[in-house]
Amino acid sequence: MAVARPKHLVLILAREFASNLATPTMITDERGYLVFFNEAAEEVFGRSYAEVGEMPYDEWTSRFEPRSIATDEPVPLEHRPTGIALNEQRPAHERMRYTSIEGVARENSVTAFPLFAHHDELVGTVTIFWRE
Amino acid sequence: MTANGGMRIRIWGCRGSLPTPGASTVRYGGNTSCVEVGLEDGSLLVLDAGTGIRCLGDELVERGVREIRLLLTHLHLDHLEGLRFFAPMWNPEVSIDIWGPPSPTWSLRDRIARSFSPPLFPLDLKDVPSQVTFHDVPREPWTIGPFSLSASLVVHPGPTVGYRIEAGGATFAYIPDHEPALCGRIGELSPDWISGGAVAHGADLLLHDAQYFEDEYEARIGWGHSSVADAVAFAGAVEARRLLLFHHEPVHADTSLDLLEDRARELAGQNGRGPTLAREGMVVELRGPA
Repeated sequence: MAVARPKHLVLILAREFASNLATPTMITDERGYLVFFNEAAEEVFGRSYAEVGEMPYDEWTSRFEPRSIATDEPVPLEHRPTGIALNEQRPAHERMRYTSIEGVARENSVTAFPLFAHHDELVGTVTIFWRE
Repeated sequence: MTANGGMRIRIWGCRGSLPTPGASTVRYGGNTSCVEVGLEDGSLLVLDAGTGIRCLGDELVERGVREIRLLLTHLHLDHLEGLRFFAPMWNPEVSIDIWGPPSPTWSLRDRIARSFSPPLFPLDLKDVPSQVTFHDVPREPWTIGPFSLSASLVVHPGPTVGYRIEAGGATFAYIPDHEPALCGRIGELSPDWISGGAVAHGADLLLHDAQYFEDEYEARIGWGHSSVADAVAFAGAVEARRLLLFHHEPVHADTSLDLLEDRARELAGQNGRGPTLAREGMVVELRGPA
């Protein structure tokens, strides 16, 4: 049986923080693996985290066809806030439309920011979905 | 040294927060955190520099030890205040390597220097004659002589690490200040989501914070320490083979600590781990699985 990868303390604390938030929140590790989203985010995705488990976040979020509200064009991975937070290691914000697994489209302002344990050690990202 | 010669763990101080000398604490001791880890060949590590390190220092002088490796979990005073009175610090023929958690702003030396300067202390760190070298704890596992080490940040106010030490065929996990329950109910978390889990997993001996009885903890959530129940739950979750409870609450007299140990054993039940409270002067001979 595969042994789960120990999580950095910053991710452990972030998950505990997010699990008590009423704001939809998703957490990835530094590889870009989805490692948690809270109950509030179930409304965005249409699934609970327990049903999903760890997976590459791009594989996960691509299921929801994120599109720009401004242009209605699909937002490529590298332009999504989480992708920017991971790859460019800076905060990013975008208004996007997500279509949940049940087919319900919701508009969200999405904010993502990187988590650093030390000044140069990226340990993951937090993505927040602000309801429109 | 033989490959499986084991480790000798000696407790020089196990009191938490504040030294508590006096008639009511003679059995468990009143000195703050300091633990010696030794091997058959004389190799040793010193863990933390609470007031217990003063007596250890006197013994190291007697033994003629000239190279000392000190691992600090964090810089709260009860883990640092003995360093100024550690006799080898004042010997120019001694070299001391000190590891501690990194900070994004201050070097380890600068942070420790605060306690070596007026008005807290009459002398400055630059006046210390021994050869002191400071190291941030590496992110990846590393070695110090025959010891293989790893460290992880753990839940406690301010940057704090726990250490996993492997040598002589045995594994010792040292997490003296830790409040893993702050991140959820320990028994309900998978091991990869438990603070300190990687440090302590499967250790032959886990030394862990158990400052409070359960009812005391309810009024001190977020202070960075564990109830006896959480310490026992943590040991079970990480599958530690043996649990040594540490960082005794200053107001707990020996009689209270006897009750804490009883409670720990009651909580552990029949799982065979048999929790024990650390006592000053206690020596644990540690050998790995047969």
